[in-house]
Amino acid sequence: MLHNSLKIFGSYAHLMGRTFSRPDRWKEFFKCYIDEIYKLGVNSIPIVIIISLFIGAVIAIQMQLNIVSPLLPKYTVGVATREIILLEFSSTMLALILSGKVGSNIASEIGAMRVTEQIDALEIMGINSANYIILPKIAGMVTFMPVLVIFSMATGILGGYAIAVLTGIISISILTYGIQAFFNEFYIWYALFKSLFFAYIISSIASFYGYTVKGGSLQVGKASTNAVVVSSVMILLVDVIITQIMMG
Amino acid sequence: MIEIKHINKSFEGKQVLYDISAQFYEGKTNLIIGQSGSGKTVLVKSIVGLMRPESGEILYDGRNSMVMKTSQIKALRKEIGMLFQGSALFDSETVLGNVIFPLKMYTRDSYATCKKRAEFCLDRVNLHGVNDLYPSEISGGMQKRVAIARAIALNPKYLFCDEPNSGLDPKTSLVIDELLSDITHEYKMTTIINTHDMNSVLGIGENIIFIRKGHKEWVGTRDEITTCDNVALEDFVFATPLFKEVKHYLVEQGK
Repeated sequence: MLHNSLKIFGSYAHLMGRTFSRPDRWKEFFKCYIDEIYKLGVNSIPIVIIISLFIGAVIAIQMQLNIVSPLLPKYTVGVATREIILLEFSSTMLALILSGKVGSNIASEIGAMRVTEQIDALEIMGINSANYIILPKIAGMVTFMPVLVIFSMATGILGGYAIAVLTGIISISILTYGIQAFFNEFYIWYALFKSLFFAYIISSIASFYGYTVKGGSLQVGKASTNAVVVSSVMILLVDVIITQIMMG
Repeated sequence: MIEIKHINKSFEGKQVLYDISAQFYEGKTNLIIGQSGSGKTVLVKSIVGLMRPESGEILYDGRNSMVMKTSQIKALRKEIGMLFQGSALFDSETVLGNVIFPLKMYTRDSYATCKKRAEFCLDRVNLHGVNDLYPSEISGGMQKRVAIARAIALNPKYLFCDEPNSGLDPKTSLVIDELLSDITHEYKMTTIINTHDMNSVLGIGENIIFIRKGHKEWVGTRDEITTCDNVALEDFVFATPLFKEVKHYLVEQGK
């Protein structure tokens, strides 16, 4: 088990070594980079907005229904909703969701390229296939992930606000006060900082599993599943480490 | 010319190539033939550098690729074109985009010049009016021709083809064979074709190497194949009644 894990980590490190090298043609790299930002990032905006809106709404409802202590002021609902969204949901939970959407997309795309010999074709042309295929994906994901996190923060809080407006279970003015109370700007930087690591984990691990596929379409499916599982576990592990370092 | 000397290759302790030495000549269609699982694809991938043999030498016009530095291998690969069994066209690129790809990666030419060259290559493989289609929108035979056009875009000195006729009907196979033979002679390339298509063997085999269970069994031309006394080769090439009749006819005709 340990031997196998070390072997996989060694292969991953070797692949990343090949990935982080100077692109053969910068012009091509930037073209691919922009394409990946669009494919992996911009195309994820709708799902990020939908999920964040609903989760923000659910958090607000749960806070209102469960914080019933007379010792706590009513605006605690707003404070708790905001903190949950800023500190964990918009970075960590969003990363877990994206590891499913983006991670499986990357792993299956690269895996299909592997089994149809497109990667071999690049190698035969003398092109560093890891650099050509993977680097734009990692760069695109790391660049755009903070944007998705900001979208998620905004729409998550909006979701909580919408509940107040639509159902009236909490007063709008109290929620607004709570959302603004004791605001710590550092929490946003903390979430954005974490998201960079998560973006790297999602894109690099999915690329690794896709790139190292051996066999046919069945193995591409397995690689896609492995990519999602492993990157999800790594996201949670890194979340613990970063949280302890930055907040502990 | 490509020369290989004493190539050995194994996977996890199981040897698949045993001490293979051979020569592949410039301006000729060099065929590697053998049954499925005989080691043909491994041999071609070893020669081209997609797999690394345990021992031996691979000489590209005297340059040993086994001892080359990464930069030298990269330079060598610009002289190599390869046609893969499944064509290996880039799904995300159009037909024209696939052929332009090596040009834009390796030349400083303007897009217009690259496009002109790509159109010339597509014209050379008799493909017209499909430039803007994606690989999934054209037939298997057309995909092979696009792959050939892409392989010759940079004017390679060496062309490798891994089972170019697999999945094609006999008539289209003939077209691909003729095309490969024509461009080999026209551009004086060293072409190595890995096949088990007997039409190809008898049609374009100018230098044939027969591989059996990882060993080189026989070397000769398509004319010599009819009179060879290698039982394994005869069993393989003239396996069907039709080809047995063809052999009798050729022997009777003294060909």
